[in-house]
Amino acid sequence: MVMGNLRQEAEVAVIGAGPGGYVAALRAADLGKEVVLIEERDKLGGVCLIEGCIPSKALITAVELVESARNAEKFGIRFGEASFDLAALRQWTQSVIDGLTGGIDGLLKRRGVEVIRGRARFANNQSLLIEGSDVSAVDFRHCIIATGSRINELPAAYNLPVWSSAEALTLPEIPKRLLVVGGGYIGLEMGLVYAGLGAKVTMVEFFPKLLMGADQDLVDVMLRSCNHRFEAVRTESKVIGVEKTAHGFAATIEHNGQKTKEEFDHVLVAIGRKPNTDDLGLDHTKISPDEKGIIEVSAEGRTVEPHIYAIGDVTPGPQLAHKASREGKVVAEVLAGEPSAFDNRAIPAVVFTDPEIAWTGLTEQEAKREGVKVDVGKFPLTALGRARTMGRTDGLVKVLADPQTKRVLGVGMVGPHASELIAEGTLALEMGATLEDLMVTIHPHPTISEAIMEAAEVAAGAAIHVAAPKK
Amino acid sequence: MYEFRLPDLGEGIHEGEILRWHVAPGDVVSEDDPLVAVETDKAAVTIPSPRAGRIVSLGAAVGDRVGVGDVITLIDAAGAHAPPARTDKAASAERTATPSRTEAEAIRRLPAAVWGRAVATPATRRRAREMKIDINQVPPTGADGRVTPDDLTRFARGNGGTQRPGQADRPAAAASPAAGTGIPFLDIEELPDFEQWGPVEREPLRSIRRKVARKMTTSMILVPHVAHMDEADVTFLEEFRLRERENRKDQPGGRLTLLAFVVKAVSAGLRAAPSFNASLDPFREEIVYKKYYHVGIAVDTGKGLVVPVIRNADHKTILEIAQDIESLATRARAGTLDVADLRGGTFTITNVGPLGGTALIPTINYPEVAILGMGRVQEKPVVRNGQIVIRKMLPLTLAFDHRIADGADAARFVTEMARQLEDPTRLLLVA
Repeated sequence: MVMGNLRQEAEVAVIGAGPGGYVAALRAADLGKEVVLIEERDKLGGVCLIEGCIPSKALITAVELVESARNAEKFGIRFGEASFDLAALRQWTQSVIDGLTGGIDGLLKRRGVEVIRGRARFANNQSLLIEGSDVSAVDFRHCIIATGSRINELPAAYNLPVWSSAEALTLPEIPKRLLVVGGGYIGLEMGLVYAGLGAKVTMVEFFPKLLMGADQDLVDVMLRSCNHRFEAVRTESKVIGVEKTAHGFAATIEHNGQKTKEEFDHVLVAIGRKPNTDDLGLDHTKISPDEKGIIEVSAEGRTVEPHIYAIGDVTPGPQLAHKASREGKVVAEVLAGEPSAFDNRAIPAVVFTDPEIAWTGLTEQEAKREGVKVDVGKFPLTALGRARTMGRTDGLVKVLADPQTKRVLGVGMVGPHASELIAEGTLALEMGATLEDLMVTIHPHPTISEAIMEAAEVAAGAAIHVAAPKK
Repeated sequence: MYEFRLPDLGEGIHEGEILRWHVAPGDVVSEDDPLVAVETDKAAVTIPSPRAGRIVSLGAAVGDRVGVGDVITLIDAAGAHAPPARTDKAASAERTATPSRTEAEAIRRLPAAVWGRAVATPATRRRAREMKIDINQVPPTGADGRVTPDDLTRFARGNGGTQRPGQADRPAAAASPAAGTGIPFLDIEELPDFEQWGPVEREPLRSIRRKVARKMTTSMILVPHVAHMDEADVTFLEEFRLRERENRKDQPGGRLTLLAFVVKAVSAGLRAAPSFNASLDPFREEIVYKKYYHVGIAVDTGKGLVVPVIRNADHKTILEIAQDIESLATRARAGTLDVADLRGGTFTITNVGPLGGTALIPTINYPEVAILGMGRVQEKPVVRNGQIVIRKMLPLTLAFDHRIADGADAARFVTEMARQLEDPTRLLLVA
């Protein structure tokens, strides 16, 4: 263990340079604070940038290009069989990451934020001990915990060289047969990447459905389109044992009490993430995370220690980069004395499957579970001009509204560009828009965005491009 | 876990101020045990516990203002008989984090529209925080029930939000109390720094005081006041009253006050002069004549003025009125009036006489039309049939809304009332 002997003071100490931490550091610096950002990794940007959102999207773009080329046959265009130069693909992905982390580095330098490379732990509620740096300790006036989360390990594969999504994203090889454990968004995205690169992918999910948070009708549309790219999708199944074999791994999968043993060349585990709060010295403060490692915070992002804030994956709510970034801005403003609060009405979720799925605000399944009455308007992309010209009618947009006030409560979509279009739904929720607002806003023709307007019309019982509901 | 929300305390009441907690976290309460005393714009009320259980946490501190529907207590029903057992760390964590945590949780669970919070754009929500206004308390006027930036300005002006003068970060334009009234020459200057001349103490304008301030400002700015003054010779009445009071000692209504007789005389007079039992509806340009005679009496509670109402005073005997006065005044001072006791008055009487004063000009209790002020009864030399005699005189001032009534109406009203008070036997005939 490397321990320096320098002790340093900081007005604001940020632990973790992910999309929450570096944004908080930049905002706090802009508001005139003297900021120290402590990061354990060599590169800035956190999981999202180095081994999450960014590299996965780079790979998804690459494999979707191949898929589009394949689909171009119906337009009368033939490219022949695609081939992959893995080294070039790796290099390209890496260049995307390097460009972005370098950008963050520059932004921090220009703001005068000092970056300390090392691991921080609380010594008490006013100072951090730093391991691995010349600086041994940082005494802070405010601290922001932005340590993020790490991948859960599969107990059945403990200590075996199976992949996590982080390793899989570096494209070590393209296994012939790949087992993906976990049917959440990471498993689905990574499964499609490897399927696109030529692996036969078997997906195993413990729950009866994939993508637990999304409405079933959206997931169904997505699966109808890309199910064939998987070798098998097994829900209500559990990997209860993994063994290393000469060629790869043998996995024992249990379904309805039936156990089967199958051979795979590799195993990718994507069964959720847990907050990095266990090795942070929090027992030297009043902060006590719950049994899942989550730190409770107020709307201002304060923990029970009012000068220590927490943002991102260590706090309740979805573990998403854009939530962390927003929270980072909020706490920076709060500690600078501004009247800020995380009072956002909705946190959008996006899944880069093919077609993409996105939702924001209330989902239908949540409405049912919470007993909230909603009017739902659904618009299928089959009825949309632009979707037809793209040859992508596999999609659906739905809008949920309060039956009395007609206020928009949620928007869900599956289809091309859903990840982009969901922003309109989120803005509608933040602005307190009604169905009328979505209906009277002119949406450009011909685009997929028209589907949002059309779905609002369906919800309001004023649809033009679908048959009127029978009275 | 039961989330106890501040219940509806009556029409038009949206918030209250926590006066006192009767419980602390860890306490075990039974159903109907007193939980918390809350002061609203109208009265102080004690709210009982809706169920038995152990108090897990309090959602607000003494002095906090809470809105109707806010969670003010978490009660663990299962803990009804359990001993309070929690570590200090957990308890202190909960105390610090509870109020905003419930909100944060609700945000995460459901969109705002479902949850019933204010609908406003993010920029407006931020503006509200800058102005230190709880946006959930602001009446919306925007399309489809949205709170607009103008609503915030109006709210800050009408209510003061939680603005306090002298606060460094006060946004000048929006919070200036005179902003936007549009009255020429009205210029409410910033207060000077009083401390440059000596020490001062600052106290927030609390619920009743704030309500009085609002009502009186509105009344004085809105209503063209005219005051008509007279004196009633109450020599006989006082003789009669003191004798009867002696006779009726310790009986109901035995505390026979002069006010009771005046209430009777007023309610009789109002039947003959309907314009003093009316309200002017400035929006519809109509005069609303009320066919009931609920006479309010101003009571000094020590924390501000409240005006409980004697219902249907015209149908009551003087003894019944005296009983009502005694009960209302006692409860007003104890802070145990119901909101209903304070509603529906049609005319107000303020009696500062017992404290002294030869004459006063009272301010109308808007939207009523008139208020009667009673001064102190004093023995005075007066001329009767060319002779100077000593009589007990009661100074009376009727302040009225000149938009609805004229000086002649007031003169007739007060003269007739004074005649009745001069000869108690006349009061027998008016019931």
